[in-house]
Amino acid sequence: MTPTPPREPPGLRPVSLHGWWLVFGLGAVGLASMAGLVLGPADLGVGRVLVELADGLPFLEFNSGLGERQQAIVWEIRLPRVVLGLLVGAMLATAGGAYQGVFRNPLADPYLLGVAAGAGFGATVAIVTGAGDGIGVLDPVPLAAFAGALLAVALTYLVGATGGRLDPVTSLVLAGVAVASFFTAVQTFVQQRESETIRQVYFFVLGQLRTAGWDEVVLLAPYTVACLAVILAVRRRLDVLGVGDEEAGALGLEVRRMRLVTVVAASLGTAAAVAVSGLIGFVGIIVPHTVRLIFGTSYRVILPLTVLFGGAFLVAADLVARLVLQPAEIPIGVVTAFLGAPFFVVILRGARRAS
Amino acid sequence: MTTISCRDVAVAFDGFEVLRGVDLDVASGGWVTVVGPNGAGKSTLLRAAAGVVAATGSINLGGRPVGGLTRRELARLVALVSQEPVVPTGMRVVDYVLLGRTAHLGFFEPEGKRDLTVVAAALDALDARHLADRVVDTLSGGERQRIVVARALAQESPVLLLDEPTTALDMGHQQETLELVNRLRSERNLTVLATMHDLTLAGQYADRLVMLVAGQVVADGPAAEVLTVEAVAHHYGARVRVIDDATGPIVVPVPGADTD
Repeated sequence: MTPTPPREPPGLRPVSLHGWWLVFGLGAVGLASMAGLVLGPADLGVGRVLVELADGLPFLEFNSGLGERQQAIVWEIRLPRVVLGLLVGAMLATAGGAYQGVFRNPLADPYLLGVAAGAGFGATVAIVTGAGDGIGVLDPVPLAAFAGALLAVALTYLVGATGGRLDPVTSLVLAGVAVASFFTAVQTFVQQRESETIRQVYFFVLGQLRTAGWDEVVLLAPYTVACLAVILAVRRRLDVLGVGDEEAGALGLEVRRMRLVTVVAASLGTAAAVAVSGLIGFVGIIVPHTVRLIFGTSYRVILPLTVLFGGAFLVAADLVARLVLQPAEIPIGVVTAFLGAPFFVVILRGARRAS
Repeated sequence: MTTISCRDVAVAFDGFEVLRGVDLDVASGGWVTVVGPNGAGKSTLLRAAAGVVAATGSINLGGRPVGGLTRRELARLVALVSQEPVVPTGMRVVDYVLLGRTAHLGFFEPEGKRDLTVVAAALDALDARHLADRVVDTLSGGERQRIVVARALAQESPVLLLDEPTTALDMGHQQETLELVNRLRSERNLTVLATMHDLTLAGQYADRLVMLVAGQVVADGPAAEVLTVEAVAHHYGARVRVIDDATGPIVVPVPGADTD
């Protein structure tokens, strides 16, 4: 074989993620995180928080002028909560984007295959059996929620894989509906029998970024990082899937394997996020669709930006949840749904016009 | 040397046999067109040859059994132009044609300069370079057809399967597309298996025609042997006249008053 002779560059510009879009996304993350650190009942001030953060970097020493209690507010209360918001938001939003791609359904969200119902069931069982009094790593509620979520998705996959004459996507989505309804029914039944715990269950269902120091972050981070990495690695293949299962297969894509890998990563990440934060809705739909509307339809662009904007959005939503009824907190799921429901309507109208 | 060889091929959907006992050969660099009435199994045959539909019997591409190849290996061997390609919303032509490079890219590998060069050549071959920045779902039927063929060319596969490549096109574009495929076939030594409804066109551009009826081959040979008045009357239920022409038989429908 002779080496290919150099030819003139073709002058074609395929879709790519522009550097300044990433800068924009990182800026949103920075801005939301700063707001999350600075705003709250204790007034700390932007400058002093910045200096305090710089002081936390290795080999650097600064005096922020914050007292010990204020320093603890930054390092042990607000920063872990901001980081948790970034992780959960990035994971839910990106999982939503991945589901939308892999199911070619713009209204798919990370709870499509029963993750939410399964987690709700698991958490409810843990709460009503009185196991849910601990906190942090030893709290059985997130563990039970995680197990329930994985159980539900696994059931959905088992049921959906035997869909007979339906196409695999439809059969999986319908299996998700059935499994979710089943788990919701069982969860309601369990909860009705132990009505004094309804308030706790209710808080789980609406979601809350509850932190006790860094425990939740440490628990969640490995799942989030691994699952996000897998989803980002398949983003080009999600574009290939845009031409349908059969054509994508003819182009050389192992469609079933690719769908399985994506669904496992998105579901595992979602299950981990839901276990620590409860059922925060709409993030998985709002964020990827906003990114799509602004930056285009390629998953090569959508997914990396969704990671950033998902994190920023949830930190901002958490801020609203903390501040609106200060000192009480409203569940963050209420905030995301309040913003998400009208947005959903806009997406629906846009989709109808386009078809 | 990439031949297509089908022996005793059968495909069943839900227990209903769509193809049975199909034997078919295409020589390397040859062009065979499958004709037959609606529902004869023409598309299914092509999809089986592309490995996207499970079939029994044996289908070999260049001597390698389709069933034993990975999707990636298969895509480097055979490109399929579907009858009704799915057009993703909002995707630009350059990105759409680049999808043809999927089987040539490693797991983490982005498209490189060589892929773009191949895409540019495919667009040039179809005189569609100027469409590169257009969005696929805003193209006309004829433009879209050319883009889909460009994507197949970008696959750089020696076997090209064309499922009704001219149905969406007017007469001028039909000729243009088929001339183009013929030119590419000789330039790139492609082996072509196509399906077509227009019998006259089918005869003009193929080395051989295969007539498929109810999932079985009923005739296989040069156009003049396959396209007879009796065969068309019998299998299509159509009254036609067949005019012998230097370019091949011309099949003309004959209107008639008796409809019984």
